[in-house]
Amino acid sequence: MLLPSILQPLAGGRPVLTAPAAGPLTVASLLDAVTGGYPVLGRRLRDETGALRRFVNIYVDGDEVRRLHGLDTEVAPGQEVLIIQSVAGG
Amino acid sequence: MGCMATAESFVLAIGTKKGLWLATSQDRQQWSFSGPHFLMSEIPSIAIDTRDGRTRIMVGVRSEHWGPTVAHSDDLGATWSEPEQGAITFPVDTGAAVERIWQIYPDAESRPGVVWAGAEPISVWKSTDGGEHFELNRGLWDHPHRSEWGAGYGGAAAHSIVVSPAGDKVHIAMSTGGVYRSLDGGTSWEPRNKGISAYFMPDPNPEFGQCVHKIAADAAVDGRLYAQNHHGVYRTDDNGENWNSIAEGLPADFGFVMLTHPRREGTAWVVPLKADGERIPPDGKLAVHRTDDAGGTWKRLDTGLPGHEYNSVLRDAASVDTAEPAGVYFGTRGGTVFASADEGETFREVASHLPDVLCVRAAVLSGAAASGA
Repeated sequence: MLLPSILQPLAGGRPVLTAPAAGPLTVASLLDAVTGGYPVLGRRLRDETGALRRFVNIYVDGDEVRRLHGLDTEVAPGQEVLIIQSVAGG
Repeated sequence: MGCMATAESFVLAIGTKKGLWLATSQDRQQWSFSGPHFLMSEIPSIAIDTRDGRTRIMVGVRSEHWGPTVAHSDDLGATWSEPEQGAITFPVDTGAAVERIWQIYPDAESRPGVVWAGAEPISVWKSTDGGEHFELNRGLWDHPHRSEWGAGYGGAAAHSIVVSPAGDKVHIAMSTGGVYRSLDGGTSWEPRNKGISAYFMPDPNPEFGQCVHKIAADAAVDGRLYAQNHHGVYRTDDNGENWNSIAEGLPADFGFVMLTHPRREGTAWVVPLKADGERIPPDGKLAVHRTDDAGGTWKRLDTGLPGHEYNSVLRDAASVDTAEPAGVYFGTRGGTVFASADEGETFREVASHLPDVLCVRAAVLSGAAASGA
Protein backbone atom coordinates (compact mmCIF):
# COMPACT_ATOMS: atom_id res chain seq x y z
CA MET A 1 0.00 0.00 0.00
CA LEU A 2 1.54 3.28 -1.13
CA LEU A 3 1.08 6.33 1.08
CA PRO A 4 1.13 9.97 0.02
CA SER A 5 4.09 11.85 1.49
CA ILE A 6 1.86 13.83 3.87
CA LEU A 7 0.84 10.60 5.65
CA GLN A 8 4.23 8.93 5.76
CA PRO A 9 5.24 10.47 9.11
CA LEU A 10 2.27 8.63 10.63
CA ALA A 11 3.73 5.34 9.37
CA GLY A 12 7.18 5.81 10.83
CA GLY A 13 8.31 7.60 7.68
CA ARG A 14 7.62 4.61 5.43
CA PRO A 15 6.24 5.27 1.95
CA VAL A 16 5.04 1.69 1.47
CA LEU A 17 3.27 -0.62 3.88
CA THR A 18 2.84 -4.29 3.17
CA ALA A 19 0.74 -7.04 4.67
CA PRO A 20 1.30 -10.78 4.38
CA ALA A 21 -1.49 -12.53 2.49
CA ALA A 22 -1.99 -16.19 1.72
CA GLY A 23 -4.91 -15.37 -0.55
CA PRO A 24 -7.02 -12.38 -1.60
CA LEU A 25 -7.78 -9.69 0.96
CA THR A 26 -10.31 -6.91 0.91
CA VAL A 27 -9.26 -3.28 1.01
CA ALA A 28 -10.78 -3.09 4.49
CA SER A 29 -8.80 -6.03 5.83
CA LEU A 30 -5.66 -4.73 4.16
CA LEU A 31 -6.22 -1.39 5.89
CA ASP A 32 -6.77 -3.22 9.18
CA ALA A 33 -3.49 -5.07 8.70
CA VAL A 34 -1.29 -2.18 7.64
CA THR A 35 -2.66 0.43 10.06
CA GLY A 36 -2.85 -1.90 13.06
CA GLY A 37 0.48 -0.60 14.28
CA TYR A 38 -0.28 2.95 13.20
CA PRO A 39 -3.67 3.83 14.71
CA VAL A 40 -3.40 7.56 13.96
CA LEU A 41 -2.82 6.75 10.30
CA GLY A 42 -5.86 4.46 10.45
CA ARG A 43 -8.02 7.30 11.78
CA ARG A 44 -6.87 9.63 9.00
CA LEU A 45 -8.16 7.19 6.38
CA ARG A 46 -11.36 5.88 7.98
CA ASP A 47 -13.73 7.31 10.57
CA GLU A 48 -14.76 5.42 13.69
CA THR A 49 -17.58 3.65 11.87
CA GLY A 50 -15.00 2.16 9.51
CA ALA A 51 -16.11 4.29 6.55
CA LEU A 52 -13.51 5.63 4.18
CA ARG A 53 -13.21 9.40 4.66
CA ARG A 54 -14.96 11.32 1.93
CA PHE A 55 -11.90 12.89 0.34
CA VAL A 56 -9.59 9.91 0.67
CA ASN A 57 -9.32 7.90 -2.52
CA ILE A 58 -7.95 4.38 -2.71
CA TYR A 59 -6.95 2.87 -6.03
CA VAL A 60 -6.52 -0.82 -6.74
CA ASP A 61 -4.72 -1.38 -10.00
CA GLY A 62 -5.64 2.10 -11.13
CA ASP A 63 -9.34 1.91 -10.27
CA GLU A 64 -10.84 3.97 -7.46
CA VAL A 65 -12.47 1.56 -5.04
CA ARG A 66 -15.73 3.54 -4.85
CA ARG A 67 -16.26 2.51 -8.48
CA LEU A 68 -15.54 -1.10 -7.59
CA HIS A 69 -16.86 -2.61 -4.36
CA GLY A 70 -15.72 0.05 -1.92
CA LEU A 71 -13.79 -1.28 1.02
CA ASP A 72 -14.95 -4.79 0.09
CA THR A 73 -12.95 -4.61 -3.14
CA GLU A 74 -10.61 -7.57 -3.41
CA VAL A 75 -6.88 -7.17 -3.41
CA ALA A 76 -4.83 -10.07 -4.76
CA PRO A 77 -1.42 -10.93 -3.33
CA GLY A 78 1.19 -8.72 -4.99
CA GLN A 79 -1.31 -6.10 -6.07
CA GLU A 80 -0.50 -2.46 -5.46
CA VAL A 81 -2.91 -0.24 -3.57
CA LEU A 82 -2.53 3.51 -3.82
CA ILE A 83 -3.86 6.10 -1.38
CA ILE A 84 -4.31 9.62 -2.74
CA GLN A 85 -6.10 12.59 -1.25
CA SER A 86 -8.71 13.95 -3.63
CA VAL A 87 -8.76 17.50 -4.87
CA ALA A 88 -10.85 19.33 -2.30
CA GLY A 89 -11.04 22.51 -0.32
CA GLY A 90 -10.16 26.08 -1.16
CA MET B 1 14.80 35.52 42.65
CA GLY B 2 13.30 36.46 45.98
CA CYS B 3 12.88 40.12 45.19
CA MET B 4 11.48 39.66 41.71
CA ALA B 5 7.84 40.29 41.15
CA THR B 6 5.94 37.33 39.76
CA ALA B 7 6.25 37.48 36.01
CA GLU B 8 2.97 37.69 34.20
CA SER B 9 2.61 37.02 30.53
CA PHE B 10 -0.15 36.27 28.12
CA VAL B 11 -0.87 33.72 25.45
CA LEU B 12 -3.26 34.21 22.57
CA ALA B 13 -4.39 31.34 20.35
CA ILE B 14 -6.01 31.98 16.98
CA GLY B 15 -7.72 29.09 15.23
CA THR B 16 -8.42 29.65 11.55
CA LYS B 17 -9.73 27.81 8.55
CA LYS B 18 -6.16 26.88 7.59
CA GLY B 19 -4.27 26.44 10.81
CA LEU B 20 -3.45 27.73 14.26
CA TRP B 21 -1.38 30.72 15.26
CA LEU B 22 -0.09 31.26 18.79
CA ALA B 23 1.18 34.51 20.25
CA THR B 24 2.74 35.50 23.54
CA SER B 25 3.08 38.91 25.10
CA GLN B 26 4.37 40.51 28.27
CA ASP B 27 2.13 43.56 28.06
CA ARG B 28 -0.81 42.63 25.78
CA GLN B 29 0.43 45.28 23.35
CA GLN B 30 3.30 43.61 21.50
CA TRP B 31 2.75 40.00 20.50
CA SER B 32 5.24 37.46 19.31
CA PHE B 33 3.71 34.91 16.93
CA SER B 34 4.37 31.31 16.01
CA GLY B 35 2.59 29.36 13.31
CA PRO B 36 0.88 28.21 11.35
CA HIS B 37 0.56 25.05 13.35
CA PHE B 38 -1.59 22.36 11.65
CA LEU B 39 -1.33 24.15 8.30
CA MET B 40 -4.29 23.40 6.02
CA SER B 41 -6.42 22.04 8.85
CA GLU B 42 -9.18 24.13 10.34
CA ILE B 43 -9.07 24.82 14.08
CA PRO B 44 -12.67 25.39 15.19
CA SER B 45 -12.04 24.96 18.92
CA ILE B 46 -9.30 25.82 21.40
CA ALA B 47 -8.93 25.68 25.16
CA ILE B 48 -6.05 27.02 27.20
CA ASP B 49 -6.13 25.09 30.46
CA THR B 50 -3.99 26.72 33.14
CA ARG B 51 -5.14 24.50 36.00
CA ASP B 52 -3.00 21.96 37.78
CA GLY B 53 0.22 23.97 37.54
CA ARG B 54 0.68 23.63 33.80
CA THR B 55 -0.49 25.33 30.64
CA ARG B 56 -2.12 22.88 28.28
CA ILE B 57 -3.39 24.10 24.95
CA MET B 58 -6.00 21.78 23.47
CA VAL B 59 -7.25 22.17 19.92
CA GLY B 60 -9.94 20.63 17.83
CA VAL B 61 -8.35 20.01 14.43
CA ARG B 62 -10.20 19.13 11.26
CA SER B 63 -8.78 18.33 7.88
CA GLU B 64 -11.09 18.11 4.89
CA HIS B 65 -9.16 15.03 3.87
CA TRP B 66 -8.07 13.35 7.07
CA GLY B 67 -10.96 14.13 9.40
CA PRO B 68 -11.22 15.58 12.90
CA THR B 69 -9.03 15.00 15.92
CA VAL B 70 -7.99 16.62 19.20
CA ALA B 71 -4.37 17.51 19.93
CA HIS B 72 -2.72 19.09 22.94
CA SER B 73 0.51 20.85 23.76
CA ASP B 74 2.05 21.41 27.19
CA ASP B 75 4.87 23.62 25.86
CA LEU B 76 2.99 26.46 24.18
CA GLY B 77 2.91 24.75 20.81
CA ALA B 78 6.53 23.62 20.53
CA THR B 79 5.31 20.02 20.37
CA TRP B 80 1.85 18.49 19.99
CA SER B 81 0.45 15.16 21.10
CA GLU B 82 -2.52 13.23 19.82
CA PRO B 83 -3.85 10.18 21.65
CA GLU B 84 -3.39 7.20 19.35
CA GLN B 85 -7.00 6.07 19.46
CA GLY B 86 -8.34 9.62 19.28
CA ALA B 87 -9.55 11.76 22.17
CA ILE B 88 -13.12 12.03 20.88
CA THR B 89 -14.55 9.12 18.92
CA PHE B 90 -18.08 7.77 18.98
CA PRO B 91 -18.66 4.35 20.52
CA VAL B 92 -19.34 1.67 17.91
CA ASP B 93 -22.97 1.14 18.97
CA THR B 94 -23.90 4.72 18.04
CA GLY B 95 -22.97 4.22 14.39
CA ALA B 96 -21.88 7.85 14.39
CA ALA B 97 -18.64 9.55 13.48
CA VAL B 98 -17.30 12.87 14.73
CA GLU B 99 -17.41 15.56 12.09
CA ARG B 100 -16.00 18.55 13.98
CA ILE B 101 -15.07 19.49 17.55
CA TRP B 102 -16.87 22.79 18.20
CA GLN B 103 -16.02 23.43 21.81
CA ILE B 104 -13.41 22.47 24.40
CA TYR B 105 -14.27 23.74 27.87
CA PRO B 106 -12.05 23.24 30.91
CA ASP B 107 -14.22 22.84 34.00
CA ALA B 108 -13.76 24.78 37.25
CA GLU B 109 -10.46 25.26 39.08
CA SER B 110 -11.77 22.92 41.77
CA ARG B 111 -12.13 20.09 39.25
CA PRO B 112 -8.71 19.92 37.58
CA GLY B 113 -8.50 17.38 34.81
CA VAL B 114 -12.17 17.70 33.94
CA VAL B 115 -12.68 19.02 30.43
CA TRP B 116 -15.92 19.13 28.49
CA ALA B 117 -16.35 19.16 24.73
CA GLY B 118 -19.16 19.85 22.30
CA ALA B 119 -19.17 18.32 18.87
CA GLU B 120 -20.93 17.76 15.59
CA PRO B 121 -23.10 15.73 15.27
CA ILE B 122 -24.82 17.25 18.31
CA SER B 123 -23.05 15.70 21.26
CA VAL B 124 -21.43 16.55 24.58
CA TRP B 125 -18.33 14.83 25.91
CA LYS B 126 -16.43 14.80 29.19
CA SER B 127 -12.83 14.04 29.99
CA THR B 128 -11.38 13.46 33.44
CA ASP B 129 -7.76 13.18 32.28
CA GLY B 130 -7.08 16.69 31.08
CA GLY B 131 -8.60 16.26 27.64
CA GLU B 132 -6.77 13.17 26.43
CA HIS B 133 -9.81 10.88 26.39
CA PHE B 134 -13.44 11.94 26.38
CA GLU B 135 -16.58 9.98 27.06
CA LEU B 136 -19.82 10.53 25.20
CA ASN B 137 -22.62 12.00 27.30
CA ARG B 138 -25.28 9.33 26.84
CA GLY B 139 -28.10 11.32 28.38
CA LEU B 140 -27.91 13.88 25.62
CA TRP B 141 -27.04 11.40 22.87
CA ASP B 142 -30.10 9.29 23.66
CA HIS B 143 -32.38 12.30 24.23
CA PRO B 144 -35.87 11.79 22.77
CA HIS B 145 -35.71 15.20 21.07
CA ARG B 146 -32.69 14.24 18.98
CA SER B 147 -34.58 13.50 15.80
CA GLU B 148 -36.14 16.97 15.93
CA TRP B 149 -32.90 18.89 16.36
CA GLY B 150 -31.70 20.61 13.22
CA ALA B 151 -28.59 21.98 11.63
CA GLY B 152 -27.57 25.59 11.43
CA TYR B 153 -25.64 26.76 8.40
CA GLY B 154 -22.35 25.68 9.97
CA GLY B 155 -23.58 22.21 10.91
CA ALA B 156 -25.50 20.59 13.77
CA ALA B 157 -23.46 20.92 16.92
CA ALA B 158 -23.41 21.47 20.64
CA HIS B 159 -21.27 24.58 20.75
CA SER B 160 -21.69 26.10 24.22
CA ILE B 161 -21.12 24.45 27.59
CA VAL B 162 -21.48 26.23 30.93
CA VAL B 163 -20.93 24.33 34.17
CA SER B 164 -21.94 25.85 37.51
CA PRO B 165 -19.28 26.29 40.20
CA ALA B 166 -20.72 23.38 42.20
CA GLY B 167 -20.81 21.21 39.09
CA ASP B 168 -24.44 20.21 39.45
CA LYS B 169 -25.96 22.51 36.85
CA VAL B 170 -24.82 22.25 33.25
CA HIS B 171 -26.25 24.43 30.50
CA ILE B 172 -25.49 23.70 26.89
CA ALA B 173 -26.59 25.38 23.68
CA MET B 174 -26.95 23.75 20.30
CA SER B 175 -27.75 24.95 16.83
CA THR B 176 -30.46 24.19 16.26
CA GLY B 177 -32.23 22.97 19.36
CA GLY B 178 -31.54 25.79 21.78
CA VAL B 179 -30.56 25.64 25.43
CA TYR B 180 -30.68 22.37 27.35
CA ARG B 181 -30.08 22.15 31.07
CA SER B 182 -29.00 19.40 33.39
CA LEU B 183 -29.47 19.63 37.14
CA ASP B 184 -27.62 16.41 37.86
CA GLY B 185 -24.19 17.15 36.47
CA GLY B 186 -25.03 16.08 32.95
CA THR B 187 -26.97 12.85 33.47
CA SER B 188 -30.35 14.08 32.23
CA TRP B 189 -31.31 17.07 30.09
CA GLU B 190 -34.35 19.29 29.62
CA PRO B 191 -34.85 22.17 27.16
CA ARG B 192 -34.90 25.63 28.74
CA ASN B 193 -35.83 28.19 26.09
CA LYS B 194 -38.86 30.01 27.48
CA GLY B 195 -38.73 33.55 26.16
CA ILE B 196 -36.20 32.89 23.39
CA SER B 197 -37.66 33.52 19.95
CA ALA B 198 -37.52 31.06 17.09
CA TYR B 199 -39.14 33.43 14.60
CA PHE B 200 -38.06 31.16 11.74
CA MET B 201 -40.33 28.32 12.92
CA PRO B 202 -44.10 27.93 12.46
CA ASP B 203 -44.49 28.28 16.24
CA PRO B 204 -42.11 31.11 17.17
CA ASN B 205 -42.10 30.08 20.84
CA PRO B 206 -41.41 26.36 20.87
CA GLU B 207 -40.11 24.41 23.84
CA PHE B 208 -36.96 23.74 21.84
CA GLY B 209 -35.67 24.25 18.32
CA GLN B 210 -34.21 27.72 18.84
CA CYS B 211 -30.97 28.70 17.19
CA VAL B 212 -29.10 29.99 20.22
CA HIS B 213 -25.68 31.06 18.97
CA LYS B 214 -23.80 31.34 22.26
CA ILE B 215 -24.41 31.31 26.01
CA ALA B 216 -22.15 32.47 28.84
CA ALA B 217 -22.53 32.59 32.61
CA ASP B 218 -22.37 35.71 34.72
CA ALA B 219 -19.16 35.69 36.71
CA ALA B 220 -20.72 36.36 40.09
CA VAL B 221 -24.48 35.83 40.09
CA ASP B 222 -25.57 32.24 40.51
CA GLY B 223 -28.21 31.21 38.00
CA ARG B 224 -27.62 34.16 35.66
CA LEU B 225 -26.68 33.48 32.06
CA TYR B 226 -26.63 35.52 28.88
CA ALA B 227 -27.51 34.34 25.36
CA GLN B 228 -26.85 35.67 21.89
CA ASN B 229 -29.60 34.19 19.79
CA HIS B 230 -30.26 34.05 16.06
CA HIS B 231 -31.89 37.48 16.45
CA GLY B 232 -32.29 38.28 20.11
CA VAL B 233 -30.04 38.91 23.10
CA TYR B 234 -31.30 37.50 26.40
CA ARG B 235 -30.60 37.06 30.08
CA THR B 236 -31.89 34.55 32.56
CA ASP B 237 -31.66 34.96 36.32
CA ASP B 238 -33.13 31.58 37.19
CA ASN B 239 -30.94 29.03 35.43
CA GLY B 240 -32.85 29.27 32.19
CA GLU B 241 -36.39 28.96 33.50
CA ASN B 242 -37.17 32.34 31.92
CA TRP B 243 -35.21 34.34 29.37
CA ASN B 244 -35.79 38.09 28.97
CA SER B 245 -34.62 40.36 26.20
CA ILE B 246 -31.68 42.64 26.92
CA ALA B 247 -31.30 43.74 23.30
CA GLU B 248 -32.51 47.29 23.85
CA GLY B 249 -29.68 49.73 23.31
CA LEU B 250 -27.83 47.51 20.84
CA PRO B 251 -27.66 48.53 17.16
CA ALA B 252 -28.79 45.02 16.18
CA ASP B 253 -29.87 41.88 17.98
CA PHE B 254 -28.14 39.46 15.61
CA GLY B 255 -24.65 38.14 16.18
CA PHE B 256 -22.72 35.13 17.38
CA VAL B 257 -20.52 36.24 20.27
CA MET B 258 -21.38 36.27 23.97
CA LEU B 259 -18.57 36.88 26.46
CA THR B 260 -18.75 37.45 30.19
CA HIS B 261 -16.27 38.96 32.61
CA PRO B 262 -14.05 36.54 34.51
CA ARG B 263 -14.97 38.07 37.90
CA ARG B 264 -17.31 41.05 37.74
CA GLU B 265 -21.06 40.77 38.06
CA GLY B 266 -23.17 42.09 35.23
CA THR B 267 -20.45 42.57 32.61
CA ALA B 268 -20.81 40.98 29.18
CA TRP B 269 -19.72 41.72 25.62
CA VAL B 270 -21.41 41.13 22.25
CA VAL B 271 -20.41 41.90 18.67
CA PRO B 272 -23.62 42.82 16.84
CA LEU B 273 -24.19 41.99 13.19
CA LYS B 274 -26.95 43.66 11.25
CA ALA B 275 -29.23 40.72 10.54
CA ASP B 276 -29.61 37.10 9.56
CA GLY B 277 -29.87 38.16 5.93
CA GLU B 278 -27.10 40.77 6.24
CA ARG B 279 -24.27 39.30 8.27
CA ILE B 280 -22.08 42.36 8.48
CA PRO B 281 -21.49 44.88 11.26
CA PRO B 282 -24.33 47.45 11.20
CA ASP B 283 -23.50 50.10 8.56
CA GLY B 284 -20.22 48.26 7.94
CA LYS B 285 -18.83 49.71 11.16
CA LEU B 286 -17.38 47.11 13.49
CA ALA B 287 -17.99 47.65 17.20
CA VAL B 288 -18.03 45.62 20.37
CA HIS B 289 -20.76 46.44 22.88
CA ARG B 290 -20.35 45.97 26.61
CA THR B 291 -22.86 46.02 29.38
CA ASP B 292 -21.87 46.53 33.00
CA ASP B 293 -25.39 46.25 34.36
CA ALA B 294 -26.43 42.83 33.10
CA GLY B 295 -27.91 44.13 29.87
CA GLY B 296 -29.72 47.20 31.20
CA THR B 297 -27.51 49.48 29.10
CA TRP B 298 -24.84 48.92 26.47
CA LYS B 299 -21.72 50.91 25.66
CA ARG B 300 -20.38 51.01 22.10
CA LEU B 301 -16.64 50.23 21.96
CA ASP B 302 -14.88 50.90 18.67
CA THR B 303 -11.70 52.80 19.52
CA GLY B 304 -8.92 51.23 17.50
CA LEU B 305 -11.25 49.27 15.24
CA PRO B 306 -11.21 49.95 11.48
CA GLY B 307 -13.45 52.54 9.83
CA HIS B 308 -15.19 49.85 7.87
CA GLU B 309 -15.45 46.10 8.17
CA TYR B 310 -17.68 43.76 6.21
CA ASN B 311 -16.63 40.48 7.75
CA SER B 312 -18.54 38.77 10.51
CA VAL B 313 -17.22 37.53 13.86
CA LEU B 314 -18.05 33.90 14.59
CA ARG B 315 -19.32 32.54 17.90
CA ASP B 316 -16.01 31.29 19.25
CA ALA B 317 -13.80 33.84 17.53
CA ALA B 318 -13.81 35.93 20.71
CA SER B 319 -12.45 35.52 24.20
CA VAL B 320 -11.57 37.25 27.43
CA ASP B 321 -8.53 36.67 29.60
CA THR B 322 -8.52 36.67 33.40
CA ALA B 323 -6.19 39.63 33.98
CA GLU B 324 -7.16 42.83 35.77
CA PRO B 325 -8.42 44.68 33.82
CA ALA B 326 -9.67 41.84 31.64
CA GLY B 327 -8.44 41.54 28.08
CA VAL B 328 -10.91 41.16 25.22
CA TYR B 329 -9.90 39.51 21.94
CA PHE B 330 -11.72 38.73 18.72
CA GLY B 331 -11.09 37.87 15.09
CA THR B 332 -13.03 38.27 11.88
CA ARG B 333 -13.72 36.03 8.94
CA GLY B 334 -11.42 38.39 7.08
CA GLY B 335 -8.50 37.18 9.15
CA THR B 336 -7.96 40.21 11.35
CA VAL B 337 -7.54 39.84 15.12
CA PHE B 338 -8.03 42.67 17.60
CA ALA B 339 -7.00 42.77 21.24
CA SER B 340 -7.93 45.06 24.10
CA ALA B 341 -6.08 45.19 27.40
CA ASP B 342 -8.74 47.40 28.99
CA GLU B 343 -12.01 45.49 28.72
CA GLY B 344 -12.74 46.79 25.24
CA GLU B 345 -12.18 50.52 25.76
CA THR B 346 -9.37 50.48 23.20
CA PHE B 347 -8.46 47.85 20.66
CA ARG B 348 -5.27 47.18 18.76
CA GLU B 349 -4.95 45.10 15.61
CA VAL B 350 -2.60 42.25 16.48
CA ALA B 351 -2.86 40.12 13.33
CA SER B 352 -4.27 40.57 9.86
CA HIS B 353 -4.60 38.75 6.55
CA LEU B 354 -4.92 35.38 8.26
CA PRO B 355 -7.44 32.82 6.97
CA ASP B 356 -11.00 33.10 8.38
CA VAL B 357 -10.76 33.23 12.16
CA LEU B 358 -12.89 30.45 13.71
CA CYS B 359 -11.75 30.48 17.33
CA VAL B 360 -9.80 32.79 19.62
CA ARG B 361 -8.71 32.07 23.19
CA ALA B 362 -6.44 33.97 25.54
CA ALA B 363 -5.00 33.29 28.96
CA VAL B 364 -2.72 34.71 31.59
CA LEU B 365 0.42 32.76 32.37
CA SER B 366 2.17 33.44 35.61
CA GLY B 367 5.40 32.40 37.29
CA ALA B 368 6.95 29.21 35.99
CA ALA B 369 4.37 28.74 33.26
CA ALA B 370 5.19 32.18 31.87
CA SER B 371 8.88 31.39 31.56
CA GLY B 372 8.09 28.15 29.78
CA ALA B 373 9.59 26.08 32.60
